[in-house]
Amino acid sequence: MAHADTSPGLISACPACLAVPMAVETASRAPAAAAHLMLSLPTAHCAACISTVEAALLAHPGVSSARVNLTRKHVSVAASPGMTAAELADVLEKVGFEAHELDPGLLSATATDRQGRELLIRLGVAFFAMMNIMLFSVAVWSGAEDATRDMFHWISAIIAVPTVAFVGQPFFRAAWAALRVGRLGMDVPISLALILATSISLYETVHSGEMAYFDAAVMLSFFLLLGRYLDHRSRALARSAADELAALEVPRALVMEGGIAVPRPIAEVAVGDLVLVRPGGRMPVDGVVVSGQSEIDCGLLTGESLPVFAGPGAAVSAGAVNLTGPLTVRVTAAGRDSSLHRMADLVAVAEHAKNRYTTLAERAARVYSPLVHLLSFSAFGFWMWKTGGDVRFSLNISAAVLIITCPCALGLAVPAVVTAASGKLFRKGVLIKNGTALERLAEVDTAVFDKTGTLTMGEPRPIAAEYPEGAKAVCLALARASSHPLARALSNLTLTAADVTDLREVPGYGVEGRYDGQTVRLGRAEWVGTAPVAMTATYLSIGGQTWSFGFTDQLRPGAAQVVARLAAQGMTIRLVSGDTAASVGATARELAITDWTAGALPAQKMAIVNGMSQQGHKVLMVGDGLNDTAALAAAHVSISPASALDAARVASDIVLLGRDMSAISDATRIARQASRRMVENFLIAGAYNLIAVPLALIGHATPLAAALAMSLSSITVTLNAMRLR
Amino acid sequence: MQILTILIPASLLLGGVGLCGFFWALRTRQFDDPEGDANRILMPDHDDQPAP
Repeated sequence: MAHADTSPGLISACPACLAVPMAVETASRAPAAAAHLMLSLPTAHCAACISTVEAALLAHPGVSSARVNLTRKHVSVAASPGMTAAELADVLEKVGFEAHELDPGLLSATATDRQGRELLIRLGVAFFAMMNIMLFSVAVWSGAEDATRDMFHWISAIIAVPTVAFVGQPFFRAAWAALRVGRLGMDVPISLALILATSISLYETVHSGEMAYFDAAVMLSFFLLLGRYLDHRSRALARSAADELAALEVPRALVMEGGIAVPRPIAEVAVGDLVLVRPGGRMPVDGVVVSGQSEIDCGLLTGESLPVFAGPGAAVSAGAVNLTGPLTVRVTAAGRDSSLHRMADLVAVAEHAKNRYTTLAERAARVYSPLVHLLSFSAFGFWMWKTGGDVRFSLNISAAVLIITCPCALGLAVPAVVTAASGKLFRKGVLIKNGTALERLAEVDTAVFDKTGTLTMGEPRPIAAEYPEGAKAVCLALARASSHPLARALSNLTLTAADVTDLREVPGYGVEGRYDGQTVRLGRAEWVGTAPVAMTATYLSIGGQTWSFGFTDQLRPGAAQVVARLAAQGMTIRLVSGDTAASVGATARELAITDWTAGALPAQKMAIVNGMSQQGHKVLMVGDGLNDTAALAAAHVSISPASALDAARVASDIVLLGRDMSAISDATRIARQASRRMVENFLIAGAYNLIAVPLALIGHATPLAAALAMSLSSITVTLNAMRLR
Repeated sequence: MQILTILIPASLLLGGVGLCGFFWALRTRQFDDPEGDANRILMPDHDDQPAP
C-alpha cells in the first residue's frame, strides 16, 4: 500500500477510517521496515520438511530469514519490503508444501504472550514448592513428632506462605473482581480455601499443632494453575471478528476531479462523486457505472462463480473486483452506508448473540460454588455448637471441607479435555480459534455448506471435450492474452499455441485477434455470435464457426466424504449458495445433497441459519466468502477453510488449515467425544467428593486424606481426558 | 538426626537449582517449538540460524 504521498495531518482529520492513520503511522516510524510474514504449513511433520521449507524460502531472492515452527506448524519469514505471502506460498507449493497466509498478529500474540508466561512461571514455582513441602509432609505423616514435626512444619511454612501469596494471585484477583460485582465464581471458594488453609496451618505451626495443610494449599494451587494454564493456551487463539472486516475495505478511492484521478481517503468520498476503478482493483464504493466496460467478479459478495458484465448503467457494490477494463463509477453510497459496511453490521449483531453461550464449566460452577460455601460454613457452625465454642477446631474442619471440596479436579476437568482434543485436531489440520467452539460443535445437528470456495475449490476447470486441434490452438493463443479467470484456466492446456496476431482485449467482452486472415474471438456468447449454453462457459469463433468451452468447479478433496460421514453421524445437510440454480444443483447431485438453495443473498443466508436456530436446531455453518460472513457469525458454530477471505476466517470459530475437508467430520466426532469426557470428568470429581466430604465434615479428614483425594482425582481426570481417540 | 541439617538445605538447594533452570529455559524461549527442536537435531545440515 502506498501511503507515503499522503500527509499525516490531512488524514488525521478523518477519525472514521482507522486503517489509514494506522498505516501512515507505522510507515513513518519505520520507513523501510522489512516485511514480516507468517505462513501456515499444515502438511509439515518431520526434520526433512524443515530443511526443505527453509532451504526453498532462503533460496528465494529477497528472503533474509525463514524459521519453521513444527509445533505450531507455521513458518515465519523476514523478507525485503513489498514481498507478499502469496509469492512465498507459490515458492512452497513448488517444493510440495501447501501454505496459507496467517495474520502475524494472531500468532506472535501467542508466542510472546506475557500472560501465558506469567502463568507458567507461577506453575514452576508451585511445582517446586509442592515437591519440597511434600518431602516434609511425608515425614510428618509417617510419624515425626515433637520438635522434629514442628521444625518440618516451620520449614514448610517458610516455603508455602510466600508461594501461596505469589502463586495465588490470579485467583485472588479474579475472586475480588467477582465479589465486587456480587457473584460467586469458582475463584471465590478457591481463594477462600487457599487463604484459610494457609493461615490456619500457620496458626497451628506457631502453637505446635498436629495438623498443617501447607501441602494441600500448595498442591491445590498447582493443580488449579495447571488447569488455568491449559485453558489459557487453548483460548490464546480466540479472537473477535468485526474490526478485521472493516480493514478489508479499500481505504482509498481514485476520485475524478476535472479529468484527473486524485487518490482520496474513502471517508472523504461523497455521494455523486465520480470514482475510477482500474482493472484488478476492488470497488471502494457502491455505485452506478458511468463509462467503461468490464467484467466484475462478485464471487466474494454473492458466491456467484461466473463474472458478470458491467457496462454503463450497471450497479456495482463495494468489495467486487473489477477484472478487465477501467470503469468510472458514480457513487451512490460510500463508507458507512456501503453494502460492505452493512455486512459488517450484520456480523456484529450476530457476534453479540453468540457471546451469551454458557459453557459446561460455567454451568457446573454455578451449581457447585454456593454448595461449597454452604457446606464449609455449616460445618463450622455445627462444630462450634457441638464443641461449645472451640474456634480452632471448628476452623480446622471448615478449612478441611473447603480444601477437599475445592474444584481441583473440576478446574482440570474441562481444560485437560479441551487441550487433548484441540491437540488431536491440530494434528489433523483443524485450528480451534474459540475456547467454547468444541462444546458448541458437539451439540450440532444440522450442517449448512456454502458451495463456491467451500465444497468446491472456487477455481474453474475446463471440461474435457472433443474439439478440433486447430480450434484448441487458437483458443489457447487467445486465452493467454487475458488475465480473466476463465482465460487463465484455459491457458493451462498442454498444446502449442496457434500463431494469432493483432491480439486485443475488449474489456467486458473477451479477446480478439487475427488468424489465417480471419478474425477470431474468445469471450461472451453474444459478442462471439452464438447462443449461450446452460453452464459456465466461454465461446470461441473462427470465421463463422463457434465452439463453447464449458467449465466445472472442481470439488474440494474430501468434500464427498465429509457429506457422507456427517450424514452418517445423523446430521441434516443443507447446501445454501449464492450461485445460479444450475451449478448449485449440479454440485448437490454430485454430493447427494437433497436440500439445496441457490441464489441466496448474504442476509438470506443469515436468515436461513437464524430460522433453523429458532426451530431449535444447532447449526454448523461452513463457508468461505464475504457473503457467508454474517451466516458464519450467526450459526451455533462455524468453520471456514484456510483459503477463505480474512473476514470469513475471523468470523468463524474453527479454521481448516489444509485443503482437505474430511477433517470436518473428525472434528465433529472428536468434539462429541470431548464433551462426553467433560461430563465424565465432572462425575469423577463429584464421586471423589462424595467419599471425602463426609469424612471432612465429621472431622476425620487428615492432611494425608486431603492430599490423596486431590492428587488422585486430578490424575484420574487427566487420564480420562487423554482417552480421546 | 544431625544429618538433617545437611540434607534439608541440600534438598532445598537442588530443588532451587531446578527452579532456576526452568526459569532460564523459559526466558530463552525453549518451549516455543519443542517438536521442531526435537526434529532439528536429526537434520544432516548445520543449522546456521538457531532460534534467537
